[in-house]
Amino acid sequence: MMTVGRGKLVLGILAIVLTVVVVFSFTVGRYSIPAGDLLRYLFTGEYTDENLPILIMQIRLPRILIAVLAGGALSVSGAAYQGLFRNPMVSPDILGVSTGAGFGAALAILFSAGLLGIQLSAFATGLLAVFISLTISKIIAMNHDRILLLVLSGMIVSAMFNALIMLMKYIADSESKLPEITFWLMGSLTNVTLHEIKYVLPVILLSLIPLWLNAWKLNILSFGDEEAKALGVNTGQVRLIIIGCASLLTASVVAVTGIIGWIGLIIPHFSRFIAGPDHRWLLPASFLAGAAFLLLVDDISRSVSTLEIPLGVITSLVGAPMFLLVLKMTGKS
Amino acid sequence: MKRNELKSPDFQIPCHGPAKSHKRKYMDERMILEIKNAVLGYRGKAVLQNVNFTIETGRTICVIGKNGAGKTTLFKSILGILPLLRGEILLDGRSIERWRQRDYARVIAYVPQARTLPFPFTAFDVVLFGRTAHLSHFASPGKRDRQIADECMEKLQVSHLRNRIFTQLSGGEQQMIIVARALTQQPLFLVMDEPASNLDFGNQVRIISQVNRLKDDSLGILMATHSPDHAFMCNAGVMVVHNGKIWKSGGCNRVITEDVLKEIYGVDVCICSMKGIKTCMPVIGN
Repeated sequence: MMTVGRGKLVLGILAIVLTVVVVFSFTVGRYSIPAGDLLRYLFTGEYTDENLPILIMQIRLPRILIAVLAGGALSVSGAAYQGLFRNPMVSPDILGVSTGAGFGAALAILFSAGLLGIQLSAFATGLLAVFISLTISKIIAMNHDRILLLVLSGMIVSAMFNALIMLMKYIADSESKLPEITFWLMGSLTNVTLHEIKYVLPVILLSLIPLWLNAWKLNILSFGDEEAKALGVNTGQVRLIIIGCASLLTASVVAVTGIIGWIGLIIPHFSRFIAGPDHRWLLPASFLAGAAFLLLVDDISRSVSTLEIPLGVITSLVGAPMFLLVLKMTGKS
Repeated sequence: MKRNELKSPDFQIPCHGPAKSHKRKYMDERMILEIKNAVLGYRGKAVLQNVNFTIETGRTICVIGKNGAGKTTLFKSILGILPLLRGEILLDGRSIERWRQRDYARVIAYVPQARTLPFPFTAFDVVLFGRTAHLSHFASPGKRDRQIADECMEKLQVSHLRNRIFTQLSGGEQQMIIVARALTQQPLFLVMDEPASNLDFGNQVRIISQVNRLKDDSLGILMATHSPDHAFMCNAGVMVVHNGKIWKSGGCNRVITEDVLKEIYGVDVCICSMKGIKTCMPVIGN
């Protein structure tokens, strides 16, 4: 009973925080909008600055939307993977989703495939990497621990795709293609428009729902495969659903934003600290916290200097010390 | 603990009281778990040959055998975690393969040996996990389920641990919580893998007393143990797993003899009788 009350409270607070951050994000940037003007435009449609509607609807809104979706999706994906692998040190790219997507993007850039081509290619190879990891673990299954095998298969697949990315970089034209590949691998929300969001949003929603429906069973998996089976959970089925949906989340986000590290590791950790380990509360809490975090990171990225700082740089710079802090706090309690 | 305390009549499992309106259809039923001509083990490596036995509700069977003899393999097979290499397991006359995982877990609960829990769930959360087999597909436990979990904790006298973090409990407390979790499943059979190992003397006695109470409430209990004394304390049937087969089985007084213990463990033991209950005294030579 206590945990239910706590979960609701945490979700409420996080929702308020996210709303505040969203409003704040509309106001900051190279062209700052006073909060009063923004709210008046949103509620009454009146404005004095003629740039305001375009700036809000065409430029800031898509960017804020994708930051919320990407931050939330990566965090939920991380939380689900951590639950499944019974390890709080796991991140969403454990099965090679990110490196796979990175390779797909690099390949598409090399062949000048255009923005849509890059996104589709990254999405497909990201999922392909996960599929290869699953297949490898299945082939050498025997009597080993399935979870351990999955981690090892993921490492192997990541290493392979990393090597391929290096190869792509090596043969890429150093004037035009190489910077593009490098910049893609560091993550950015710059190129995202409402058009991309139209495709990404349904995929994310469709992946979030099964994850949330299986949240209770994810709790049971904390005890390991055998005990979960003895408690009546069809572990093979649940594992497949979790891996499938979490990978879809990551792949669809990475395809449009590039690789944004750290979020999928620290946000679930932080959320578990405030919302508790029950995945029924942890998953939504991770979404809200991740959304707010990436939004803030993107605000920094686009307002600190005239040149946009890649997101991956900031998430790591901010994330690493924050992770230490969370670890220290959890250690105390 | 006095002998008569173990059989207090007011103690009933599966959970009584308000739970009755939600009674499972198997409740109060007698059931039989049969293992027929089975070969158990891992792919390509048989551990136990020619396994034949039957467990009934309301009986305790202790499985003894030295380390690595195949006790855990036997348990995993019975729980349906490990597929049989040959033969069949029948629960209520129906092959285990034809039971759905969820239905099977409503009849047989497992109290495993070692456990690690990576996340800070409370003791109550852990007990509540036992309700999973009774929930519909995507549901999470409701008020009823919480009530049942609380009742089971009360029965094992661990209600005071309710809001403590499971991983921070002592070994004995964790064991009791896991037994409570198994009872929350409202099973007919309880499979316990060395429930008394890693426990101090007092907690060992407590857990054995609980086993006796549960048996009196007509649960069928299959329990692995390293101490032959436990079989005497439970007045249980005994199955000896030795040399890749079930070597001997029968009542504890008949099966556990000085010769048998010498054969299994390779040490000299003197079995003496104290106040009507037998106990094993190792003979420490030289």
